[in-house]
Amino acid sequence: MKFSVIIDAFPYLLGAAVTTIWVSLLGVLLGQVIGVVVCVARQSGGRVADMAGGVYVSFFRGVPLLIQLLLIYYMLPLIGIDVPPLVASIAALGLASGAYVSEIYRGALNAVPHGQSEAALALGFPGSSIWTRILLPQAFRISVPALVNELILLLKASSLISVVGVAELTRTSQTISASNYRPLEIYLAAGLIYLAINGALALFGTLVERRLQQA
Amino acid sequence: MLDLSLLVQYGPALLRGFGVTILCWGAGCLIGMVLGFALMLLRQLPVKPLRWVIRAYIEVIRGTPFLIQLFLLYSGGPAIGLRLEATTAGILGLGIYGSAYFAEIFRAGYQAVPKGQVEAALSLGMSYGAILRRVIVPAMLVSTIPPIVNMMAILTKETVVLSIITVPELMYEMQTMAAETFATFETILGMALFYWLLVEAVSRLGRRLEARVTRFLTHASPQGSSKTATARA
Repeated sequence: MKFSVIIDAFPYLLGAAVTTIWVSLLGVLLGQVIGVVVCVARQSGGRVADMAGGVYVSFFRGVPLLIQLLLIYYMLPLIGIDVPPLVASIAALGLASGAYVSEIYRGALNAVPHGQSEAALALGFPGSSIWTRILLPQAFRISVPALVNELILLLKASSLISVVGVAELTRTSQTISASNYRPLEIYLAAGLIYLAINGALALFGTLVERRLQQA
Repeated sequence: MLDLSLLVQYGPALLRGFGVTILCWGAGCLIGMVLGFALMLLRQLPVKPLRWVIRAYIEVIRGTPFLIQLFLLYSGGPAIGLRLEATTAGILGLGIYGSAYFAEIFRAGYQAVPKGQVEAALSLGMSYGAILRRVIVPAMLVSTIPPIVNMMAILTKETVVLSIITVPELMYEMQTMAAETFATFETILGMALFYWLLVEAVSRLGRRLEARVTRFLTHASPQGSSKTATARA
């Protein structure tokens, strides 16, 4: 063990960690949008929408993320969309996350009392605003712990996008340890950075949860 | 689509890869469960430092990506004299990764065993080993089967990550095939469908197992959440 190795590499690792963070955040954001749309479509879009949504959720939860990533990475150029690895990675993370998020929202919606939407209906709310003003805000509040958990899972999963060459934390650690032959120190440092980010996220989640309970 | 002659040509390699996948998965699950159970038991001992160490172990494993753990074990290991072959490192890595999650699953199951049952067994003069074997573990089995099956399905998916450290499992063989035949997209699509089926099969089997293990559960009312295992005598 040589700690000077870690100190030398630390600035690079931190820079790469920033990439990891924003890629994960974009992935989660995309996942939120997809998740809400899929969830609402499955609940109120009829049988076909429900079935299509079901296949989507089953596929993206059943297939390993690494394969999804490669599939998207190689599929997009085939249909004429040439995107950089970074965009393909965010798309893959978002699609995978969307499947989990839609299930999180489905669970949360079940926890919103039936009387809420019935009352809104009786008050003459149109269908769309029942969703945007009554159901989704409550579902969101219920699902905050699960969503923070999802963010942590996605941040860990983002290490896989190193495979398509995105220079995030894992990829950068690989590059550094390949040049200085000190994989033990570098991967330890990378692991600690992941741990620190996830710890901060968990703390943030607890704070938000407490805040929402007060409101 | 997929040229069938390719399947004939690469069939043996793919089959071998699938064997390695199953081996890694099975051995990884086994190590994970045994280690997880041991960690859970050790955590019950009234030794504070030991508890802290186990807690830290669980938090570290659950807070870092599996890929980083694998790299640390496989590439970082030799620096401390731990020279492992890729497959051994993969199995060990899967086991260590799973053990943290299994330990938490078992802990929840352990805590869900009604205290009265353990006290009753104690007052009947049963030894701790006997209580564990005949009271706690059977009751735990019922409440922990769903999360265990879920974890095993997750580990099925994690086996593909082993290809990155060159474990010659299915994903690795398929990538070799893709690289040699340039049928990249078809191969990956086929692989996606295959793993979809595999994970689905693991979950199905798990649900059947769950039905078998919980067949003595009585459901008093739909709302009744008291999940006490009651044998039908």
